[in-house]
Amino acid sequence: MPDTTDSPIVLRLSGITKRFGTLVANDAISLELGKGEVVALLGENGAGKTTLMNILFGHYVADEGTVEAFDELLPAGDPRAALDAGIGMVHQHFTLADNMTVVENIALGTQSPWSLRFNRAAARKRIAQLSQDFGLAVDPDRPVSALSVGERQRVEILKALYRDARILILDEPTAVLTPPETEALFRTLKMLVGKGLSIIFISHKLGEVMAVSDRVLVLRGGRLVGERRTAETTRKELAALMVGQEVAAPSVAPAKRGEALLVLESVSTAPSASGSRLDQATLALHAGVITGLAGVSGNGQSALAALIAGTERPVSGTMRVAGEPVSGWSPRAALAQGIARIPEDRHAVGTIGDMSVTENVISERYRDRRFSRRGFIDWKAARAFAEELIRDYDVKCPSPEARIRLLSGGNMQKLILGRALDPDPVIILANQPTRGLDVGAVAYVHRRLLEARQKGAAVLLISEDLDEILALSDEVCVMFKGRISPPSPRGARSIQELGEMMAGQGLEAAA
Amino acid sequence: MRLEAKPAPSLAATLAYPAGAVLVTLLSSSLLVLAAGASPFSVFALVAKGAAGSQFALLETLTRATPLIFTGLAVAVAFRAKLWNIGAEAQLYAGAVVTVVLGTGALPLPAPILIPVIMIAAMAAGALLLLGPALLKTRFGVDEVVTTLLLNFIVLLFVSMLLEGVLKDPMGLGWPQSQRVVADAQLPRLIQGKRLHLGFLIAILAAAIVWVVMKKTTLGYEMRAVGHNPEAARFAGIPVNSVLMKTALLSGGIAALAGFSEVAGLKGNLTLDLSPGYGYTGIVVAMLAMLNPLGVVASAIFVAAIFVGADAMSRTAGVPSYIAEVMVATALLTMVVAIMLMRFKVRWR
Repeated sequence: MPDTTDSPIVLRLSGITKRFGTLVANDAISLELGKGEVVALLGENGAGKTTLMNILFGHYVADEGTVEAFDELLPAGDPRAALDAGIGMVHQHFTLADNMTVVENIALGTQSPWSLRFNRAAARKRIAQLSQDFGLAVDPDRPVSALSVGERQRVEILKALYRDARILILDEPTAVLTPPETEALFRTLKMLVGKGLSIIFISHKLGEVMAVSDRVLVLRGGRLVGERRTAETTRKELAALMVGQEVAAPSVAPAKRGEALLVLESVSTAPSASGSRLDQATLALHAGVITGLAGVSGNGQSALAALIAGTERPVSGTMRVAGEPVSGWSPRAALAQGIARIPEDRHAVGTIGDMSVTENVISERYRDRRFSRRGFIDWKAARAFAEELIRDYDVKCPSPEARIRLLSGGNMQKLILGRALDPDPVIILANQPTRGLDVGAVAYVHRRLLEARQKGAAVLLISEDLDEILALSDEVCVMFKGRISPPSPRGARSIQELGEMMAGQGLEAAA
Repeated sequence: MRLEAKPAPSLAATLAYPAGAVLVTLLSSSLLVLAAGASPFSVFALVAKGAAGSQFALLETLTRATPLIFTGLAVAVAFRAKLWNIGAEAQLYAGAVVTVVLGTGALPLPAPILIPVIMIAAMAAGALLLLGPALLKTRFGVDEVVTTLLLNFIVLLFVSMLLEGVLKDPMGLGWPQSQRVVADAQLPRLIQGKRLHLGFLIAILAAAIVWVVMKKTTLGYEMRAVGHNPEAARFAGIPVNSVLMKTALLSGGIAALAGFSEVAGLKGNLTLDLSPGYGYTGIVVAMLAMLNPLGVVASAIFVAAIFVGADAMSRTAGVPSYIAEVMVATALLTMVVAIMLMRFKVRWR
């Protein structure tokens, strides 16, 4: 579609092609970005969005095609040139040094290596000004390790602005944000384009693309399959373009509420390095019920997940599993109690990247008689199990011997799901189970969780995606400052009410 | 310049890259040979001849490789779990001390019982020596590189004290050396009248056992998991600290066998120059083998061949035998580069 706006073109990608072995990640993709324009790049995981942006930003070298910014050709494979041309990128996985403060992280790399003094006061002042101008509230002197995910993202955006970025690329920016945070981000983006910046917004969430963009480019299987003005299209059309077919919403049968399988009574935990902790939290997970836990990130969700997963122990209060108070709580004890765990971070915690698919799928159960005898692992059985999961969970991978690092996020998550659900768990902890996944994989994960619920498992769904929680949960709790609200049944509270509770209204008084 | 990850290398690549590293090592050390005023070809031919040109040379190379197989295995095991054991030298001496303490007549047992008893005791000593640094690492986060490295000097001084004191041979004409171990504590020679001893076969057997442990057992699986990603291992229910302890015991025990085998198989007594840095060379051996236990046997023989061959070469060609040290050190560097090139593709812009 020809560009009909009068604004000058600030960025032009022409015929970008990138191959990884036999896989064509980008197939002759061209796009133009005008000044003050928000272009959404929509597509499933593996559609080639991130590859394209990595080429634009100089992290990869394209096999064919060119990148022009402000009418100047960018040298391929040089992130410094992209930075100097005024292109800033906010990655899906943040690139911050945890042990340094916000100011240090933002100023990192902007100082001459020969300058002996770091003019902290000037940097600090400029950052404070930027964060005020664009509504990006963050304490400049805190170490990044103490920040929530939402705050870290703000630091990433500030980092780009600090370097005078005029083109901002956001890779799945809302994956980690709450609805209020997402709205704040959108307000920030509006302000940015108002001041003449141009934005590429990478996402697979249709609602957000519709809300924030001027133009939408849809990628599928490495090719550009459609380009629409946002005002002239619909979610339905975009969804169809993105997956190549229509997607049905999950149908949820009424819950058969059983006994309480996991109960927390006024449980507190010691604060973790990121400050996440439980403060006299009370929660009951019932058989056959999906309990959704909403909340702004950094309010104790990680501590709750760590507690149930067994990597954390309560310092006070009572935790009961199957009616019995737990003692000697550990990941192994949690597994022995039939708790399936889907961790938030599938790269750092869920999988061991340099080990094979086979080695990864037995990691929780290699001591079972099924996989080992007298200290020797039965690799035949392990491999058969891996093949079974690959088949049953429709995992795309070259072979069970492939390093799991080589798989896409969605396929990795399917394997984690298979590993967790295969032993028919009685309790399921699903922490951000669909973060960063494409529409197809999300629907798949949801279906599996609903199936487990039908079989009588108690499911705790922790998610920053409120739509996901509302779609799946029989009961919704809200987490705020380490405490958990009493559950409200499906449909009892509106999004607005939940949003207010997530911001702390009505909870502090009750607590 | 940047690095892009490559998929897993094929078997051919796994063999070709180390071979390339060795080739680069030879090329770069020939510059030094030229500088010393000799012809690289004749010098390398002399090294090869000195290392493998006769039955004597070959047996000498295998004798020299024996302690390197043990220390190389010890390092390979520990590094696999990312336990950075730089202290194989100290563990070697711990094994040697136990061998002379128990082997000089303290235990009146026949050889078939005495030798295994001493072996196990020596392994226990080496294992305990590494347990300390491992405990400090898991309990308090103390860097084991520092503790194991510094323990080398402490143990060497301790051995020196013993050799000037309680372990000093009264018949030794004042030299700082221990008494000789009794005949029943000595490892038999593999060929009558030659220096190659049973320790070599024990080393091969140890390599095979370690290979099986790493590949086939739950412990090996746990060690690899902990080495690759301790956080994910802990989440999956693998007891990370206990795995690190077991790794330390295994690694320290194997390193101690080097000391046991040198005393009981070759030297007969303990002196301060029992090991010319076998513990440190073990790191090179393990890296050259890319931490593969069977590869350790090959790389230990290769490194031993360079040392033995260079000794012989220096006697005839007049090029200092220190060339061997340079070659081994260069081999380590080229190998590290080869491993990197095997895993990543380098893009020059």
